[in-house]
Amino acid sequence: MPDSRSWLARPFTERSTQIFLAVLTLSVLAITLLHVLLPEGHPLHVSTFTVTLLGKYLCYALLAVAVDLVWGYLGILSLGHGAFFALGGYAMGMYLMREIGDRGVYGNPELPDFMVFLNWQELPWFWQGFDMPAFAFLMVLLAPGLLALVFGFLAFRSRVTGVYLSIITQALTFALMLAFFRNEMGFGGNNGLTDFKDILGFDLRTDAVRIALFIASGVALGLGYLLCRGIVGSKLGRLSIACRDAEARTRFLGYRVERVQLFIFVVSAMLAGVAGALYVPQVGIINPGEFSPLFSIEVVVWVALGGRATLYGAVLGALIVNYAKTVFTGIMPDAWLFALGGLFVLVTVLLPKGIAGLFAQRGWGRRSQSSAAKTESASGSRPIEEATA
Amino acid sequence: MSLLKEMATRDRVFDFLTPRTSPVDVTHGPILYLEDVSVSFDGFKAINDLNLTIDDGELRCIIGPNGAGKTTMMDIITGKTRPDSGSVWFGSRHDLLRMSEPEIATLGIGRKFQKPTVFEALSVFENLELAMATDKRIFPTLAARMSGETRARIEEVLETIHLKEWHAREAGILSHGQKQWLEIGMLLMQKPRLLLVDEPVAGMTEQEMERTAELLTSLAGRQSVVVVEHDMGFVRSIARKVTVLHQGAVLAEGSMDAVSSDPKVVEVYLGESDG
Ligand SMILES: Nc1ncnc2c1ncn2[C@@H]1O[C@H](COP(=O)(O)OP(=O)(O)O)[C@@H](O)[C@H]1O
Ligand SMILES: [Mg+2]
Repeated sequence: MPDSRSWLARPFTERSTQIFLAVLTLSVLAITLLHVLLPEGHPLHVSTFTVTLLGKYLCYALLAVAVDLVWGYLGILSLGHGAFFALGGYAMGMYLMREIGDRGVYGNPELPDFMVFLNWQELPWFWQGFDMPAFAFLMVLLAPGLLALVFGFLAFRSRVTGVYLSIITQALTFALMLAFFRNEMGFGGNNGLTDFKDILGFDLRTDAVRIALFIASGVALGLGYLLCRGIVGSKLGRLSIACRDAEARTRFLGYRVERVQLFIFVVSAMLAGVAGALYVPQVGIINPGEFSPLFSIEVVVWVALGGRATLYGAVLGALIVNYAKTVFTGIMPDAWLFALGGLFVLVTVLLPKGIAGLFAQRGWGRRSQSSAAKTESASGSRPIEEATA
Repeated sequence: MSLLKEMATRDRVFDFLTPRTSPVDVTHGPILYLEDVSVSFDGFKAINDLNLTIDDGELRCIIGPNGAGKTTMMDIITGKTRPDSGSVWFGSRHDLLRMSEPEIATLGIGRKFQKPTVFEALSVFENLELAMATDKRIFPTLAARMSGETRARIEEVLETIHLKEWHAREAGILSHGQKQWLEIGMLLMQKPRLLLVDEPVAGMTEQEMERTAELLTSLAGRQSVVVVEHDMGFVRSIARKVTVLHQGAVLAEGSMDAVSSDPKVVEVYLGESDG
């Protein structure tokens, strides 16, 4: 229900957001403490390996939130969000490469190893500035944002929607994958960017940095979630649902549907970029594999399993599926895709609203009815409440 | 005489009842003007040299058999369909054929679809909120807060469309007739200068129909209303001037009595309704 709060403050009053933030904060805190306070060998000690793995999951969760924003609330099924994730990752990777300096195999202070290997004489223009962290972090947002802006502008202006749009997004990420595979592109070809040493002057291999990256991923997920909740709880969020369900009607109310789509698509792409940027230093590599069309489809499956148009469902889906993947690929690596497919079919049949559907039934559903009702009655009895009472 | 005319236009300028000043210029004639408009779909002429003039403040009924081109005509006026030839003017200043749907809507033309179209996943209240005439750009929409004034306006419309008890319910659960009302309510929130209402009473009970007739007649004068309807009883109850559309062109125009005794019209409607 609409109320008089500002769009950024509103999420804090929502019950589902309060629960989400509390659970996220407590989990990140607990894992950090279990890692730091307990000695190795203690049964409850969380190893550095696990912390980094969980950090990776948190990045995936942020990516899933970004996808849910456009798919759940705007009805745009993007099968190419991996591209934005990868672009953010590459921007971060380029910074980390420059940070290596003269400590590479060839000891060239100006050129990353793979460029020396290719006999390049100087740094290409698009690598300029990536030695400055501030610039690189800006690029983490701008590179995916700009791609989304150009792509979205063309697609939405010509009113491409539905299956056609999904197919084009697949083509987009596939084309980028092929491009990034080429050595001449200057992004390390199929090896990608790797062998990172420092981030902001701190050694990436140390425990402290790994924990810090894990916490940063948690913070990014929390902030990204808040931003998305802010948007979907605002009038713009309701407008977005209107565009999703009745595009023509929305136009005749005087809204420029294509601009709504473009804005939300760009915001989502930037969030995906941030997720990719935090992912890369934790896994230690970025290569064109992240552009793989299959990866983008997997992300959509996470969201579908978790439950569309809830945001927290996307987070749950990403965490559960990736945990299952880790466990499963340990036991039967070849069977994972079948297991994922089976899980997908099972959930679609048994839980059409995804895992989040279970929560919605328990009363703190997507529109957070209870808190809305509370805020309404708190602001005094207006004639409208009397009518319903 | 000229003084009288000026007073009449003054009255429009200072009209408190229409708070949002629409830029449309009606000082030099009608509010809507269609001339020699034609459009064909795959060779089939859905609109065929159509000429139509709607005066400011008029309530006009448009009748005609199925497939006469009534909905297509509304599509053309609102920018959804581009005609092959002809011109469409809103007031004397705005060429509608050069404008997009949102531009036309913002200019002050509101439309109710033939099939009631509301945002089913949103509450009745939120449907009206979105329809409200206000800054519709992205950032103002993001930062929009519910003011007391807005709430009062929405409540007023909720009252008018008899959906007050339903304000917090999802629009998807409303009955067909209630959805029609909600869509009319959304039109009211837009404060348009010209309302295009496509088959508003389909699926309504006798009583709901009466209320709709009341509402539409009360709007006329302040706003111009074009109603497309099949139900002859309903048309008779509200119409002052009726236009009969047939095969994409105007077949007859005039008072309901004059039109219904017109032999051409009788021929077209033979066996249909009571017209
Ligand atoms: N987009 C379209 N493509 C093809 N034919 C159309 C289209 N829209 C309308 N028509 C045809 O134009 C004619 C007029 O339709 P319509 O304006 O809906 O009639 P009415 O509303 O008077 O019943 C019909 O024969 C219909 O089949
Ligand atoms: Mg029709």
